[in-house]
Amino acid sequence: MSPSCSEELAPSRRDFMCALAGCAAATAGLCVDPTHTPFFRDHLRELAPDEIARLLHEKESELTARFGRAVTVGMEPPRPGVEFAYALDLTRCVGCRRCVYACVEENNQSRDPQIHWIRVLEMEKDKGVDFAHADAYYDAEQVPRPGHFYVPVACQHCRNAPCVKTCPVGATWQEPDGIVVIDYDWCIGCRCCMSACPYGARHFNWGEPDVPAEELNPKTHLLGNVPRPAGVVEKCTFCIHRVRQGLYPACVEVCPVGARKFGDLNDPASEIRYILEHKRVFVLKGELHTLPRFYYFFGA
Amino acid sequence: MSPSTRPTCARLAAWGGTCVLALLAGCDPGGGAAQLAAQLAQPGAVPSEADLAGVHVPPPPLSEGIFPCTDCHDPEIPVNTQRREMRTAHTEIRFEHDAEHRWCLDCHDTANRDQLHLASGAPVAFEESYRLCGQCHGDKYRDWRAGVHGRRTGRWDGEKSYLLCVHCHDSHSPRFKPLEPMPAPIPPRRSP
Repeated sequence: MSPSCSEELAPSRRDFMCALAGCAAATAGLCVDPTHTPFFRDHLRELAPDEIARLLHEKESELTARFGRAVTVGMEPPRPGVEFAYALDLTRCVGCRRCVYACVEENNQSRDPQIHWIRVLEMEKDKGVDFAHADAYYDAEQVPRPGHFYVPVACQHCRNAPCVKTCPVGATWQEPDGIVVIDYDWCIGCRCCMSACPYGARHFNWGEPDVPAEELNPKTHLLGNVPRPAGVVEKCTFCIHRVRQGLYPACVEVCPVGARKFGDLNDPASEIRYILEHKRVFVLKGELHTLPRFYYFFGA
Repeated sequence: MSPSTRPTCARLAAWGGTCVLALLAGCDPGGGAAQLAAQLAQPGAVPSEADLAGVHVPPPPLSEGIFPCTDCHDPEIPVNTQRREMRTAHTEIRFEHDAEHRWCLDCHDTANRDQLHLASGAPVAFEESYRLCGQCHGDKYRDWRAGVHGRRTGRWDGEKSYLLCVHCHDSHSPRFKPLEPMPAPIPPRRSP
């Protein structure tokens, strides 16, 4: 070993002492107090506005650096007096799955491993709404296939949500406008909510979510489409980042047959109220008394 | 339809529904059903034609190079109003819209070839063809005005866009055509 090489590898005693002093200064609170990092923060609903602003800013810079493009992270609050509900026309849906992929792109779902918040179930007209014989993996040249009908299922945003009741850490809750949200930083990944949900609407990130930077939707909401870490649960949020700004969810906009309807239950002139008042409406698994905000109806 | 002209059975149904919901509310600790019952207790009116004001409807999807019709149909030449099969022009049109009873001039106007007409003879522009469709398909027309039949885009709390009936239904062959579905999800696999 040459002398020059050994000089590079072994730090002098002076260098070592300097580094030690630096560490001591940092831990003494000059700049970094570990309990003030996002990992040690309080529950989201207990944070003061300035703490939330700092959290959002930290998320934004972290994601902007990670994806190499400008990412915004917002936390638009619910609008007072607004209560969302959704309705889907089973006589119209043709099972084309446009909604599934529009949702993936809008909400930054992992491409591989694949996560789909919406599952379109193919059912037989002879059997009616029958989950035991439903097929989410149907493949066809053209849809609708004769003798079949289609039931897209995503989060039902239940008023009496079993997932919210079962979460041991309070990482998921219902907002005043009816949207059931998840705090991805608070979720411990125990998947109790997934086993409690009777609709299979919750999905677990078994691997590191893969969203190509060029396909990322950079307009995000902290409780919605913000990129998730591995090991947390996610689900439909009615496109919280869109609907709280007055827009329709992405699946409503893309549906080629206009089967998907969304609006404010408290507005008597809304489409959703018209449907509830004039159409034959039902909810999935009504006997479980989950009181979904997601209605299915027969428009014809 | 105003609430006063609503049929009695609908009122009864609404009343019955409210009662059922009120009963449900009694056993609901969260109060969600009670709230829903209160919301449904005041039914909104069916939207009228006037409610379409402020809604954007894109121009009709006329075939390329076919409009205005008067480019070919000279208004000076008398129109053959005899019901017949088209042999020389418009042969690409497959007419599957109650073909037994209907033909071109039931909707297309002879006096002004660039517009349509209602059963009453009143002229209708291509931009408002929904009024023509609505003569026979009144239930769909009513639902479309309410934003329930057909795709609506834009804002749930404000400006919206509608599509015309003919954006989704070919007026000559109106049945909605089958679509190619997007790929099926990958079924879960057992790790090796």
